[in-house]
Amino acid sequence: MMQSCTLRLAFCGALLLATASPVMADEPGPGGTKPIVPVTGEQIYKTVCQACHMADGKGAVGAGAFPALASNPRLGSPAYPIVLVVKGRAAMPGFTDLLSPTQMATVITYIRTSFGNSYPTPVTAAEVAAIAGPPSGH
Amino acid sequence: MLRPIGARRTGTGHMASGIPTPTRRQLLTAIGMVGGTSALYASMTTMGHAAETQFAGPPKLSGARKGASVIVLGAGLAGMLAAYELTKAGYSVKILEFQGRAGGRNWSLYGGDKYTEMGGATQNVKFAAGNYLNPGPWRIPHHHRTLLHYCKAFGVELQPFIQFNHNAFVHNTGAFGGAPQRFKSVAADFEGNVAELLGKAIDQKALDAQVTAEDRDRLKEALRNWGMLDKDMRYTKNLRSSSHRGFDRPPGGGVNGAPTPSDVYPLHDVLDSGVWNNMAFFMNDEFQTTMFQPVGGMGKIGEGFAKQVQPLITYNAKVTKVNQDKKGVAVTYADAATGQVSEAKADWCVCTIPLSVLSQIENNLSPKMQAAIAAVPYSNSVKIGLEMGRRFWEEDDAIYGGHSFTNQEISLVSYPNNNFFKDGPAVLLGAFASGMGGYHLAGMTPEERIEAALEQGSVFHPKQYRKEFLNGASVAWNRVPWAMGCCARWNEDTRKEHYQTLVAMDNRVVLAGEHASYIGCWMEGALLSSLDAITRLHTRALEA
Repeated sequence: MMQSCTLRLAFCGALLLATASPVMADEPGPGGTKPIVPVTGEQIYKTVCQACHMADGKGAVGAGAFPALASNPRLGSPAYPIVLVVKGRAAMPGFTDLLSPTQMATVITYIRTSFGNSYPTPVTAAEVAAIAGPPSGH
Repeated sequence: MLRPIGARRTGTGHMASGIPTPTRRQLLTAIGMVGGTSALYASMTTMGHAAETQFAGPPKLSGARKGASVIVLGAGLAGMLAAYELTKAGYSVKILEFQGRAGGRNWSLYGGDKYTEMGGATQNVKFAAGNYLNPGPWRIPHHHRTLLHYCKAFGVELQPFIQFNHNAFVHNTGAFGGAPQRFKSVAADFEGNVAELLGKAIDQKALDAQVTAEDRDRLKEALRNWGMLDKDMRYTKNLRSSSHRGFDRPPGGGVNGAPTPSDVYPLHDVLDSGVWNNMAFFMNDEFQTTMFQPVGGMGKIGEGFAKQVQPLITYNAKVTKVNQDKKGVAVTYADAATGQVSEAKADWCVCTIPLSVLSQIENNLSPKMQAAIAAVPYSNSVKIGLEMGRRFWEEDDAIYGGHSFTNQEISLVSYPNNNFFKDGPAVLLGAFASGMGGYHLAGMTPEERIEAALEQGSVFHPKQYRKEFLNGASVAWNRVPWAMGCCARWNEDTRKEHYQTLVAMDNRVVLAGEHASYIGCWMEGALLSSLDAITRLHTRALEA
């Protein structure tokens, strides 16, 4: 049940993206619209988060740095990662366009219990939705 | 060739009253003679000719105060253009660049290049001589006049970029059983089906309230000719529809010279394909033909700019602090190799560092500017170049440049726009992914990305793709050390709250780059932003 809900939400998200505002930047265009629907925390992490935070959760350094999620005491408070994932910060975008509240809750729970973190209380979709607010209208 | 104003079907230029009305061209000529070109330009805009660019020619800055200095942060196009024009105006200019090369996101990877991304994965590019991947910008709209101007001025040779190819493929896993189709066939069938339906609506009097009887007749004529309908207003299998969508047996010579028509696809399948997305894409202002690319790789533009300002650039300089006071700007930077810390001072600063990086650099800019810098998220994108042993897309499939689109993560396969008909290896763009697919590919190792690109791209050329593959290279913009993202992604809210702050001079510092423009993620935006920034800087410097 939860999975079909996730599937539906993710598919709707993809449809919304496909019909979003006209392309302005030099972007790929009409391709890439097939919904990718990671379900487990590990799947979602690998599909989205590790692009920047890396497979080992240790982040990376360039001209600036992507912060480590591994052994990060800031993850002790659920609100901290929820706000970051929902709203983004600086170059990191919010992910409400790409992930459902269930997916965001699932991956935050995964991160809080992986990479040397042990904050076992699960984050719920309701907690995420409370911070995300109603779905955006676009 | 323009339809005269007020002209109806006869095209005589006479209104129903019989009083002659001037043609649009006559009007424009008259306005031009009376009011000069600016009046003509304004009139053309109001009469439906869209304005193409805000570029009014290179700035003519001059008369900088004796000894006045500017430090430019970043040797991308915005930074180098600022340095070039400010030097001409009489300023003493110095550029600090994080990388060991100039050009910024204007960049090409060639055989022999070594690239290490954030996280440490290193790729040694193995392309044959002359082949390349453009990880960032790769095509130039014909109305990006600033970029075209400086390419010409700096001797960067351009060639056509084949943006629109009717014979390339469209692929959707949920349409036609997952089999790719030629764009021309599906697009023709979309137009034909829509034309037939609209014709039926007219015949069933569904549009009588909206369209006059005269226009209904004209619209039906238009639908028949646009949609390739038969005399009964049907879109069906015949030589007429095949002349748009392609023949079953194409016309030839001699005994079997006569063509035979191809089957048309039913509306339901055409709708499944989502082909209207492709059709609309090609109508977008930034993606209309003619488009251009530099001969030899997009990076040639950066090289062309760098030739103009080379002596001014300090490479491998990682900026760690930007501090300004009433007298000037002090920039602290570390040498990437030695770690040696230096400080550069100037009267003014043009900062083109991407916001993704700048938001992490210590500075004493105003709190409002700091908030603006931290308010703009960056997009992701991944490009993958695949070198193939031969041009099978040309030789086997008659595809010369252009893009085959898929709804898979790779989004598209794009074919090289140069060296047509040549033997030997050529590089395909095997992926240009963004959104979820972009993150997914970015999170992979370079080897995994190549495998994903081969797996997904094989749908277009199943017999040749893996067989001809030689080697590949990928760039995930999230992991590019000096960009940490692709482009600034504004929305209406952030524009409203932060844009004017971001582009305003903050005491002695002004920002420039694609992020400080409304042509985001295009080189043109970076250049126009730079020209605007230095023009204001110059004015301020003369007032000071």
